[in-house]
Amino acid sequence: MLTRRAFVKETGLALVSFGLAPRFLVRAAQAAPGGARPPVLVAIFQRGAADGLNIVIPHGDPAYARLRPSIGIPAPARGADDRSLDLDGFYGFHPSLAPLLPIFRRGELACVHAIGSPDATRSHFDAQDYMEAGTPGVKATADGWLNRCLQQGAARDEASAFRGVALAPILPRALQGPATALAVPSLDAFDLRDAAGTGSDLQPGFESLYRQAVHDFLGGTAQTTFDAVKRLRAARPTARLPEHGAVYPRGRFGDALRQTAQLIKADLGLEIAFLEIGGWDHHVAEGGARGQLAGRLQEFAQGLAALWQDLGDRRGDVVVLTMTEFGRTVRENGNAGTDHGHATVMFALGGRVRGGKVYGRWPGLAREQLFEGRDLALTTDFRDLFAEVAVRHLGLSWKAPLFPGYALRPEAFPGVLPPAAQSSSERFSTAIRRSLR
Amino acid sequence: MLATRRPLLLLVVLLAWGCAGRAPSPRPAAIPSPGSLPPAPRPAAPAVALPATSLSETQQALHVLNRLGYGPRPGDVDAVRQVGVAAWIDAQLHPERLDDGLAETRLAGLRVPTMTPRALMEAYPPPNLERRQGMEVRLEQSPQRMIGELQQARLLRAVESRRQLLEVMVDFWFNHVNVFAGKGSVRYYVPAYEREAIRPYALGRFRDLLGAVARHPAMLFYLDAWLSTAPDVRLGERRAGLNENYARELLELHTLGVDGGYTQADIIEVARAFTGWTIDHPRPGHPRSGGGYLFDARAHDRDAKTILGVRFPAGGGREEGERVLDIVARHPATARFIATKLARRFVADAPPPAVIERAAAVFQETDGDLRAVVGSIVRSPEFFGEAAYRAKVKTPLEFTASALRAVGADTDAGLAVQRTLLLMGQPLYGAQPPTGYADRAEAWASPGGLLARLNFAQALVASRLAGTAVAVGPLAGEGGAGAVADRLLERLLGGEVSDETRTVLREALAQPAVLRATLDDPVAAPDVAKIAALVLGCPEFQRR
Repeated sequence: MLTRRAFVKETGLALVSFGLAPRFLVRAAQAAPGGARPPVLVAIFQRGAADGLNIVIPHGDPAYARLRPSIGIPAPARGADDRSLDLDGFYGFHPSLAPLLPIFRRGELACVHAIGSPDATRSHFDAQDYMEAGTPGVKATADGWLNRCLQQGAARDEASAFRGVALAPILPRALQGPATALAVPSLDAFDLRDAAGTGSDLQPGFESLYRQAVHDFLGGTAQTTFDAVKRLRAARPTARLPEHGAVYPRGRFGDALRQTAQLIKADLGLEIAFLEIGGWDHHVAEGGARGQLAGRLQEFAQGLAALWQDLGDRRGDVVVLTMTEFGRTVRENGNAGTDHGHATVMFALGGRVRGGKVYGRWPGLAREQLFEGRDLALTTDFRDLFAEVAVRHLGLSWKAPLFPGYALRPEAFPGVLPPAAQSSSERFSTAIRRSLR
Repeated sequence: MLATRRPLLLLVVLLAWGCAGRAPSPRPAAIPSPGSLPPAPRPAAPAVALPATSLSETQQALHVLNRLGYGPRPGDVDAVRQVGVAAWIDAQLHPERLDDGLAETRLAGLRVPTMTPRALMEAYPPPNLERRQGMEVRLEQSPQRMIGELQQARLLRAVESRRQLLEVMVDFWFNHVNVFAGKGSVRYYVPAYEREAIRPYALGRFRDLLGAVARHPAMLFYLDAWLSTAPDVRLGERRAGLNENYARELLELHTLGVDGGYTQADIIEVARAFTGWTIDHPRPGHPRSGGGYLFDARAHDRDAKTILGVRFPAGGGREEGERVLDIVARHPATARFIATKLARRFVADAPPPAVIERAAAVFQETDGDLRAVVGSIVRSPEFFGEAAYRAKVKTPLEFTASALRAVGADTDAGLAVQRTLLLMGQPLYGAQPPTGYADRAEAWASPGGLLARLNFAQALVASRLAGTAVAVGPLAGEGGAGAVADRLLERLLGGEVSDETRTVLREALAQPAVLRATLDDPVAAPDVAKIAALVLGCPEFQRR
């Protein structure tokens, strides 16, 4: 006769292998000592086309200083301020990235340079659309690539409304699609409140009004909303203070990062978080070691460093991936700024990331090496990096193409993550098995 | 106040409709109650005929009030039915014939919308300039306060103006040629931008609008054109060389559309044609601060150019920019692009091709007469089709304004209302990218946005929004909870709800946890407010 325990074990494993682990098993796995938790991807979109050449500076390329007489960052020099921070003798961090330098040195932060979209558009709108859809040059793609990750991923907690969360007022293109995803402008404000500002007793009434609205896609939105409100009330993630001395920068970006950490630690089933930080479109007075870009980078770097500190022993579960729609012209323009360009730099930060290295082949800045004679040429397709993170971190099996029209080729991966001897999701399944023994 | 103001307003509205096109004739100032309206006045000229439609008269009235405006106020549906849908559309297409004294009275206390950029720079100096000059910064002088007053004016007009279509068009065009008040000096130019470059042309000629926008310091600053010079000219640290920003967005967002058939080379040539278009001078504290458009010949690229296949000989000047605007304003791609966006605003997120084709043809035949283009859309069979009815999810602005109108709120449109728009992701004048805000359901039907709507609905009808007073009692009338609910559905949504919504609402009223208290005391204000909150929060009210 089949014992209950054996039944649970068998069916549980079967469900795990189909990606349908019931929640009590998930909890058991998470509660188990040393038990692995589901992998989390934190995607950060730098909207406005960040100037990769002044973020990770190719100070070893002789053309760099020549083409950027007023906004160029001087090459590293010991003891001198306002210079790039050397990484490997060729590249250097912008001085505002100082908070990330120790993380890079510890080997948890990797950069990929000369990366971007093979589509040549220099329209912010189109390029963001292509990158979020994951289909350069194709606007008709119905859903975003992060939503497809949710669709294809083994849902660790199918019922959770928090599998995909954008810490933003509007659900970004990347998370739009059939899989449930939430836009949360602020966790604190994410509650149904009555006129006096306390929990509303109208919630059951609103719920039934929208439950019957099945023909209306607002109905689906509403069910997600009410479920999320209930879960948040129970888990109270915002009661968690930053840990390990983390100090987030003031402002929307810092707030979004702090709340990302809260969501991760509250075990609400978060798999993909999406954050955005704007203000990178420096056509005018971009500045060098100081100035506009330096200010944005300071907030960016302090925020990432704070998140990393705050996450503590959760770092092994998390990869932070930064992206921007394209880079900027190599040569500075007449307004001491830069115009829309082509390739740029992206970061991968994670406990299992093979960091401390700038990946990607450097195409060079000599005139004949530039794209259309003006922009950094592309040597890594952004989908190679995104696919690597999806496969080696999220553990996607690529059942359907994550990027329509793109053939998966692991040999094209930049290599920022170890080939999954045991991916996070496998470790997770192992932990479930262990908990059932 | 409520009891007397609404019927009076109704009368004024009816008078103006009756008088469209001729001098207002004096009428006895009798105050009819909505139940005893005078016979419908005959319009001066027969209204343009409307296509056959399967929508009921009430549905048609609701539809035009929701699409050509920010939704019905108490009594509006009946009023439109009285005057006739066709005549009402005609009147809205000629806002200059509609007296708007009442809305203007509400705006009278606001100074920012009428002030010049220079006066604004002096009244609301940037905090850093103040500090440099050793002056104390006072909160009521902060630039945020200035934008707050401007948001207030826009919201008040959306709620109070009788020229509803004009307000919708001002919102549409501002969004189409968006500038972001958070970028440098743009904030000081935004009031003048809306007042001088958008509002006068919102139902005018597209080329006039485009020109007024192109020459306006708000746009020149926002998209950096004021700094752009011929590649080899240096007029200062920042004014030294070409800047493509405005040229690109002119083609991609203002006129041809991203698939309009231009190249990167066209962008550069357009940017060269506009060199010399600058501002004298945009910096607060400058002797000529708050100045306007200036053509600076020293900055202009005098070499020959080829733009979209048209040759510009060497030696040109200021007129080259105007010539570029002539070319792109009359380009077939522009007619199509503008027709598509307008059809998306008025008909559906994915408008039927036929209505786009027709509107684009009208655009070309009339040389971009926007009144004619909009007219062709809002009188089309597609507009009055079943598929278009309530097909659009309201944007945060549309939801907020329509809720305030529906309950006849007396609002100052102040901070509390503005904050709601921020929470829903649509702060006015706060769209950073040149694309403006989205006009599609996906962008606005989010859980966070929905929560903000439900929370706003609850606060609004309980009169808990600072600066906004609502008297739900008179709307709800007397009787049991069921009767009150029916009456509120009738008055807030024209009775146009699904049977399911009606049933569920009645069931909700019976739930002890929700509204038991109302059954004993049906006129108790807080409980009526709860029913009203459920109505404003129901799926039907989220659509227009």
